[in-house]
Amino acid sequence: MADDNKPKIDAATGTEIKHHEWDGIQELDTPLPRWWLWSLYATIVFAIGYTIAYPAWPLIDDATQGVLGWSSRGALEKELAAREAQVAPIRKAIAQTPIQDLPAHPQLMQAAIEGGRSAFRVHCVQCHGSGAAGSKGYPNLNDDDWLWGGDLMAIEKTITDGVRNPDHDDTRQSLMPAFGKDQLLQAAQVDDVVAYVRTISHQDRANAASQRGAAIFADNCAICHGPDGKGSRELGAPDLTDAIWLFGGDTGSIHDTVWNSRHGVMPRWDDKLDKTTIRMLAIYVHSLGGGEATPAVAQAQAGQ
Amino acid sequence: MERLVFRTGGWFALALAALVAALLAVDTGFAVHMGIVCITALLLAMFTMRNADYAGIARGLLKMPADQGKYDDDPIRWGILATIFWGIIGFLAGLFIALQLAFPALNLGTEFTTFGRLRPLHTSAVIFAFGGNVLIATSYYVVQRTCRARLAFPTLARFVFWGYQMFIVLAATGYVMGVTDSREYAEPEWYVDLWLTIIWIAYFVVFVGTLLKRNEPHIYVANWFYLSFIITIAMLHIVNNLAIPVSFFGSRSYSAFAGVQDALTQWWYGHNAVAFFLTTPFLAMMYYFVPKQAERPVYSYRLSIIHFWSLIFLYIWAGPHHLHYTALPDWAQTLGMVFSVVLWMPSWGGMINGLMTLNGAWDKVRTDPIIRMMVLALAFYGMATFEGPMLSIKAVNSLSHYTEWTVGHVHAGALGWNGMISFAAIYFLVPRLWGRERLYSLRMVNWHFWLATLGIVLYAASMWVAGIMQGLMWREYGADGYLVYAFSEVVSAMFPYYVMRSLGGALFLAGAVVMVWNVWQTIAGRQREERPMSTARHDVAKDRPIVAAPQPAE
Repeated sequence: MADDNKPKIDAATGTEIKHHEWDGIQELDTPLPRWWLWSLYATIVFAIGYTIAYPAWPLIDDATQGVLGWSSRGALEKELAAREAQVAPIRKAIAQTPIQDLPAHPQLMQAAIEGGRSAFRVHCVQCHGSGAAGSKGYPNLNDDDWLWGGDLMAIEKTITDGVRNPDHDDTRQSLMPAFGKDQLLQAAQVDDVVAYVRTISHQDRANAASQRGAAIFADNCAICHGPDGKGSRELGAPDLTDAIWLFGGDTGSIHDTVWNSRHGVMPRWDDKLDKTTIRMLAIYVHSLGGGEATPAVAQAQAGQ
Repeated sequence: MERLVFRTGGWFALALAALVAALLAVDTGFAVHMGIVCITALLLAMFTMRNADYAGIARGLLKMPADQGKYDDDPIRWGILATIFWGIIGFLAGLFIALQLAFPALNLGTEFTTFGRLRPLHTSAVIFAFGGNVLIATSYYVVQRTCRARLAFPTLARFVFWGYQMFIVLAATGYVMGVTDSREYAEPEWYVDLWLTIIWIAYFVVFVGTLLKRNEPHIYVANWFYLSFIITIAMLHIVNNLAIPVSFFGSRSYSAFAGVQDALTQWWYGHNAVAFFLTTPFLAMMYYFVPKQAERPVYSYRLSIIHFWSLIFLYIWAGPHHLHYTALPDWAQTLGMVFSVVLWMPSWGGMINGLMTLNGAWDKVRTDPIIRMMVLALAFYGMATFEGPMLSIKAVNSLSHYTEWTVGHVHAGALGWNGMISFAAIYFLVPRLWGRERLYSLRMVNWHFWLATLGIVLYAASMWVAGIMQGLMWREYGADGYLVYAFSEVVSAMFPYYVMRSLGGALFLAGAVVMVWNVWQTIAGRQREERPMSTARHDVAKDRPIVAAPQPAE
């Protein structure tokens, strides 16, 4: 090794072998591959150019700004402004047209549905589901069964002020008593009234319990749900005669509802979203299948 | 005898101190950890007393000095076994959390088994338990062989091994109990960090001590890479984990940094964990095991120097590319990006030096399954170190960041490069360390190779598709100027890719199980009857330190 000062040549590659060895490992004296070296130089040139063009080198209490004048905040503002400019005219038109008159403007309705769909997917899907089909405790928005009304104005009002939103006077408000828990009815009476509700929803045939329950219903429930159990939108009282149940229509679920009451909450959105977005949400929800025409009375009131 | 009393007493004192700390503990996690320390110290005290050579002590014999004419391979054997053990645990944890993403019911409804707690268990198990053990073990092996000297400070070397296992146990049990400081890839709390610092300094002393007593004039390139790993990880670990404990008897602490400085510190650490834990020391393994297995000289001495220094100079600045388009000032983002781009060729220097070392021996890719693994490892290294600079470019990053693409990128590197080069090193080492003529089965190495390769390809391909799709869906605007997809819709679109990724992980794990069997049988001294495949020769006679001629006592 050391006594041999003549260059040793590796037979397979024809390259000189360096005069050192570790545990049998030798090293060839291959020069740096040219493509490797030039690629390295190229990335360095790119790096220098890039740092001249863009903010890069820290100074005492600032940094070089780059000759292109680019900044990430500036770029974001530009993008947002461009998008704002794209959507602003239509949003303005939607905001300025009374909501009950919007169905007469198909173009605005179409834009509102798109905007509402987008907002719905960010703000509403968590409870109402991606397809707005809801789940236990969260209403299905695709059907024509509405607790608080299914015309554009009613939906807009519900979204704006929420349902049972705490500390908000304008919120949709109704409180069904907890008949069992608060001992307004005895356990047997609750069973009877549940049996009655099962019969008016056509799930069970009339029986002794339901016949006893009819009187209890008339005394305690009809004031909100109506004498025939069809519910009331003014009070947010659900229709008990159809097959649509927010918390379940089986005996156990209805019993839970009567015993404990439910009081589901939907937040108000007027403190989180702008009025136009809320309007677009209302129009989107209205478009899902169950939207109703705005009643003439409401139209007239809104017009005043 | 005094020495024995002193050592046993020391263990008892430690056990007592841990017991007191456990009793004073302000939270359960800390109490459990001190309990683990207490039980370990008691077991060690018992072990010390039972295994003492009382007859020898009675006759006043001095302990025989270690034979300097042999390499100190005990901690290396333990390290290889620990590597395999933790590897299986880490791969299993990875497969499980991959399945959790596809099937959330697998969170099992307890806080101990949620994705949030098991994910750091997976990352730490594969990086620090599997990776750390293979690095410590191979560094002990390589530094002795290439210095032709027996390991310095044998007791300290053993302390490093066992202390490191203790670190792993404390870290892993902590994650499951919710003990975390939430710093990615550095989740252990302050007292576990302090413990690791002590171990790491001891590791440094053993490694440098061995370098200093070398019998070769120069330090081999693999050792530069190992040394850069040991020194830089110490610096990164200490700075990133600077924190103030809430209580000295509790497992909570507050970082010394806040806000964007904290974010930058974490990614300065995080990216350099990739650089100095998952790149440079694995290149060190490559620089020793590839030329040994190929029985060819290293391709270029000059390239090894240039790429080593350029790599370690550039890598340390690349961290800010993890914080593109955040509150980090633009100038820091720019520098993070350009340093990453320039890093491309220095990274590839290692790949070239590894692959081109096969010049004159390319036929071995056909005949030697261990070489085949090494070549695949280098190919994935090259791919990951091209992809890395590309992802650091801001325009690309704006699409790829926060998506599965990053996960695919990391795993191409981790499974393909770190995994495969480690498996190759294990297959190289096991027959040599246990004095076996050859592996139980080279054919099974080949099976492992194909299972793992198929697994990695499935993993990387599914995550590329998933990531790019995710990025495009997040940013897609409709003609009316509104976002098209909800976040939840993007999540549900990922399902088939998550399933495919889990399948890739399962294949990779299956390959590792084949390895366990192969290693087990090799250690047991069996040889599978099979058509032979070629592998590197092992010259037992030459595998020993150079012992200097006896010198007069000073």
